[in-house]
Amino acid sequence: MSKFIATAVIRGSHQVVKQAETLLKKAISEKGKDLKFEFPDTAFYLPFYYAITGIELKTLGDMEISLNHAKSMLSSEPDKKSWLPYLGEALDGGIATLFAEEIIEAVRYVYGEEPAKEPDGFTYNGFITDTILRELGIQLVDGRMPGFAAVLGAAKDSKEAVKIIRQLQERKILIFLAGEDKNGNSVTKQLRQENIELGWETYIVPLGKDTISVIYALNWAIRATMMFGGIKKGNYKDILKYTLDRVHAFALVLGELDEIKWATGAGAISMGFPAISHSKVPEVRPSGVTRYEAVVWQPDIDKIVDTSIEVRGLKIEIEKVPVPVPYGPAFEGERVRKEDTQLEFGGNKSTTFEYLRMKNMDEVSDGKIIIDGPKVDEKAGLYPLGIFVEVAGRKMQKDFESILERKIHHFLSEAHGIFHMGQRDMNWIRISKEAYEAGFRLEHLGKILHARMHSEFPAIVDKVEVTLITDEAKAKKIMVEAQKAYKERDERVAGLTDESVDLFYSCSLCQSYAPNHVCVITPERLGLCGAYNWLDGKAAFEIDPIGPNQPIVKGRTIDPVKGQWEGVNEFVYNKSNQAINFFNAYSMMDNPMTSCGCFECIIALLPEANGVMIVNRGFTEMTPCGMKFSTLAGSVGGGNQTPGFLGVGRLYLTSKKFLLADGGIKRIVWMPKELKEQLKEGIQKRGTEAGAAELIDKIADETIGTDVNTVLEFLQKVNHPALTMDPIM
Amino acid sequence: MSQEPKTSKSRTIDKASEKMMDKATSEKVSTAWDRFEAVKVQCSYGVKGICCRHCMLGPCRINPNDESSRGICGADAETMASRGLLRSAAAGCAAHSDHGYDVAHTLLLAAKGELPNYKIKDTKKLMAIAKEYGIDTTGKSVNEIGVLVAETAISEFEKAHGGLRFLKRMPEKRLKLWEKLGIVPEGVNSEIVTSLHRTNMGMGSDYYDTFMNSLRVSIADGWGGAMIATELTDILFGTPKPIRSKVNLGVLSEDMVNVLVHGHEPLLSMMIVEASQDKEIVELAKKAGSKGVNIAGICCTANEILMREGIPVAGNFLQQELAIVTGAVEAMVVDVQCIMPSLPSVAACYHTKIISTSKKAKVRDAIHVQFEETKAYETAKDILKIAIDNFKNRDKNKVNIPSESMDIIAGFSSETLSYMQGGVYRASYNPLVENIKNGKIFGVVGIVGCSNCKVQQDFANVTLAKELIKNNVFVVNTGCAAIASAKAGLMVPEAMELAGPGLREVCEAIGCPPILHAGSCVDNSRILVACTEMIKHGLGTDYDELPIAGAALEWMSEKAITIGNYFVAQGALVVIGVPHMVTGAPKLKKLMYEDIEGITGGKFAVEADPYKACELILNHIAAKRKKLGI
Repeated sequence: MSKFIATAVIRGSHQVVKQAETLLKKAISEKGKDLKFEFPDTAFYLPFYYAITGIELKTLGDMEISLNHAKSMLSSEPDKKSWLPYLGEALDGGIATLFAEEIIEAVRYVYGEEPAKEPDGFTYNGFITDTILRELGIQLVDGRMPGFAAVLGAAKDSKEAVKIIRQLQERKILIFLAGEDKNGNSVTKQLRQENIELGWETYIVPLGKDTISVIYALNWAIRATMMFGGIKKGNYKDILKYTLDRVHAFALVLGELDEIKWATGAGAISMGFPAISHSKVPEVRPSGVTRYEAVVWQPDIDKIVDTSIEVRGLKIEIEKVPVPVPYGPAFEGERVRKEDTQLEFGGNKSTTFEYLRMKNMDEVSDGKIIIDGPKVDEKAGLYPLGIFVEVAGRKMQKDFESILERKIHHFLSEAHGIFHMGQRDMNWIRISKEAYEAGFRLEHLGKILHARMHSEFPAIVDKVEVTLITDEAKAKKIMVEAQKAYKERDERVAGLTDESVDLFYSCSLCQSYAPNHVCVITPERLGLCGAYNWLDGKAAFEIDPIGPNQPIVKGRTIDPVKGQWEGVNEFVYNKSNQAINFFNAYSMMDNPMTSCGCFECIIALLPEANGVMIVNRGFTEMTPCGMKFSTLAGSVGGGNQTPGFLGVGRLYLTSKKFLLADGGIKRIVWMPKELKEQLKEGIQKRGTEAGAAELIDKIADETIGTDVNTVLEFLQKVNHPALTMDPIM
Repeated sequence: MSQEPKTSKSRTIDKASEKMMDKATSEKVSTAWDRFEAVKVQCSYGVKGICCRHCMLGPCRINPNDESSRGICGADAETMASRGLLRSAAAGCAAHSDHGYDVAHTLLLAAKGELPNYKIKDTKKLMAIAKEYGIDTTGKSVNEIGVLVAETAISEFEKAHGGLRFLKRMPEKRLKLWEKLGIVPEGVNSEIVTSLHRTNMGMGSDYYDTFMNSLRVSIADGWGGAMIATELTDILFGTPKPIRSKVNLGVLSEDMVNVLVHGHEPLLSMMIVEASQDKEIVELAKKAGSKGVNIAGICCTANEILMREGIPVAGNFLQQELAIVTGAVEAMVVDVQCIMPSLPSVAACYHTKIISTSKKAKVRDAIHVQFEETKAYETAKDILKIAIDNFKNRDKNKVNIPSESMDIIAGFSSETLSYMQGGVYRASYNPLVENIKNGKIFGVVGIVGCSNCKVQQDFANVTLAKELIKNNVFVVNTGCAAIASAKAGLMVPEAMELAGPGLREVCEAIGCPPILHAGSCVDNSRILVACTEMIKHGLGTDYDELPIAGAALEWMSEKAITIGNYFVAQGALVVIGVPHMVTGAPKLKKLMYEDIEGITGGKFAVEADPYKACELILNHIAAKRKKLGI
């Protein structure tokens, strides 16, 4: 903090706190002290204040607590001569600013002024929900999201704004946009001018119009400490250490900094988030509050993103994928519209498939890309395409083929202008005109696969050869072989049961967030995040033998119905820092498995119905147990055993081992309609096997009711099997 | 020492002192410098530590040129010198510890409600110490906890077994080493008693054992008496926070009643500060024709009230007589330690009244107003009344207050250090440690100790401080060395201009001076705590790995011997400007200046030249950094 900055911060903090005071006073006089308030879809009240102090602010009146707290942390500006130390005071001013900003946004919500809107109807994101936190939490865990940038102000022009944003996207950095420059311009406006798609799909999220809306990114980030880190509310020391160590965020400031930006920045610095400014500012280079420098000036717009990464200490592997278009996961969700399409393959309109198989080392020539058939690049249109990948590696195994093949989707769709959907012989690819004009040709699909297979699976992949078959007859011929392989794989996976293997796999990927949580992945119970099944665990172990997925020798079976094994117990006891003595893999009532916080679904006991309800992430409405997903998630996560509540992956719902000890699939009495539709086939199959063929129709959903009485009425009407089962408790 | 007659300029670098020395000379007032020259040649046996007066067989002395030379009992040079050192260390420990004991006793009576003028000010610190002491605080009032804390602290002095509680603050590694070396103190008083016993006629003659026990009694000071003094004074009067004030003789007022408080304890002086604002006193002062009462301090009493109340500092140890020479001091109130017996005779040349207050330090020819805690405020007022009454005797013709006074930012307690690096929510030593690791800060050096007329006043302390900050070394000051830095203008944030680029960046980030005032000489315990924090924040695993050093280039007091000792025991290099009185004992000397490094990791080095001392320290820090791999 230089004296200049400290002065600006302290001034800014007075301004923001004053603004909060005025707004809150007005709101209380107009709406009353007792007006209840909560931000949309969160179980964390005013999350920043809650995290730091543990205090639950539930009404406008409650907010006076944080306002007075903020006021008490304000100090006077440093003197001109013989000044007293100011860093501590400035950082306190920063925290006070964030307390106040949270109040301001809350009051704006009360008045319906948030999320902010542009005159043309464009709506900013506003408050970030718990649901989004959980979804992106997984990406934080698996490293797909190395961090986030809060981009403040406006670039010199819209082209420059695009340039910066593209640089961030290529590095997989989540982007939040907030604040205007003194002319009322903002990056959000500039990107809209350039028709850049904004939103969660593209990793570019406009939070709000003014600087104050940055609090949304900060009170989102701070929730991760409690949700994933398992840190208790109010334990500010650990919470702020966690944001420093684990939440890789930084502010990228374009244009001049006003006092409110400085004050907000000081709050962010307290969280360990540095600021990188494009306009000239006095730098604060000593580290300690932040990992490296706290405030840095980078006048070169081409270097500003690299500087940011360096200053925040982000770990980014920029895979050098040799294609002439931008490349990164931010482009994964983009679509290529028909009229923008140069080349199209499949989508049930032409013969296509993708197939990966292993071969001997001497049979694969690494880096070779063969176009087998006519050249199709020049003329826009629909063509057949067989993507045939042959892989060799000393540690490659047959079992890994499907894992590597499944990655083709991610690898191809991360190229800007390439659209990929589906898998196997049901895939669909489009290459945009823009990509074509940028020089992208068919062979680049092969180049992408070659580069990414190497970078993603260095331990098992030594050689990759790709054949792109554009000849219809040749494609059909290989497709027959591929289809035979698909079938064999399916049979092998279907044949895998918990009894048929000796090894399970652990997953401690989330221990950085939930230190006592250990996932045990069995063939019939996949990881609760849904991202890792038993085969993935096996492959991951081969790829990285000292990584987070370790084999667990099952050992003697203690209870085949509850799913308890001697070897597993021992492993879990040791790896949970001796917090968990044992658990039952197939029960939610009796010492169930713990959850990190990344679960796809939560199973919750409905005692009135003698059954269970299931709610998936993304379903934000109320549920019959009286809690929304976000509230439920708050009590299930963090590596604790919580009988009656269980976090699971969605495919586990149709496993034969689903709640085996508690009565199995027949216990399900309620789930969101969308989830029911997705799992329809599986539920029907498993229901029939369990002697309840019409089970699918007896499971209630939100269209029937979200309160337990209505649901119960329905269950009785349809004679749901759970009602007559043994008491679940 | 040169043969040239000393000019005032060669005796000090401080302009105010220089002017007052000249005034003293012209007014035929004898000061310490004059007496130093009058002694001419100091005892050559004494300076080498090879004389002994411990029994009636003696006095004996050793012929330094004859290895077989012995005292009558058979004691050789090593025995005599090591016993002398141990006695000095015990005396130093006793001084700090008796001070600490008095603070603990005052806390006890205050918490019991027996002292109307004292109450617990810093409850946060009280709770923290209570927790450290393992006191169950549930359901207890602040005063009840205060009683328990005070009683526990008092037991630390009185017990003979069990070890000091604050030692648990240290990383276990160091404690284990000390256990192995047998230098972990049991209680404070028992260590002093044992030390005096050990140095009796016919006791230990193994210089190694005697020296190691001098470390042991010194540890009882650093982690015992002195630390208790610091922590409990904070509880009673508040933990220091950054505060602005002024320093040097220029703080004396032309038109106010000037009262100087001098010595080491804050118990009475804090009351005098408070009473000086008393309506009755202010009115009396005005009635006497003055504008009020101006309090300023000398030595560590000054540091105590500077750190907590921002009371200006008139000067350090060698300025106590010079302050009187200004002719503008109505009263000098003294408590304990570093009080020159010459004060009444200097005062006799002016109108100044010397008022002694401690029953432990009665000063001949002074007015004695005994300080009792039970009526502290009354005593303070009585003293001020004497001063006010004396204002009329001020002889304007004899008044000459030097204009020198410098701004200072003080108040850098360990807690302040932590707060200023991160505010309420991120308070820690992390930035300091990180910037040591990344090299912006090269190391941390404590410059402590006194002033000594054997060397030019303030020169070595100030020059070393300047040289160190120029080389990006963060400097922490205590005692009279701190006052020297402050007078030289090094304790304001603007002084960061004199620092190397890395240190400057850090000072700019924090807004602090490159040289921090950590308090009085008992507050060297704050430096121990700060070093401990550095280790806890990930810099090395033990004190001897830290890129730190201590320096006491102008030391003179036995207390400084003790302080130097406990830093060497801790594992630090301690550079002293004047050698210990042990140089006639070659084996002991080798142990202290060389071999001890292989035992505790620390050692003494003698270097009077501040430039060379700086080089020595920088090389030492460079070696430590290399070992740490930073």
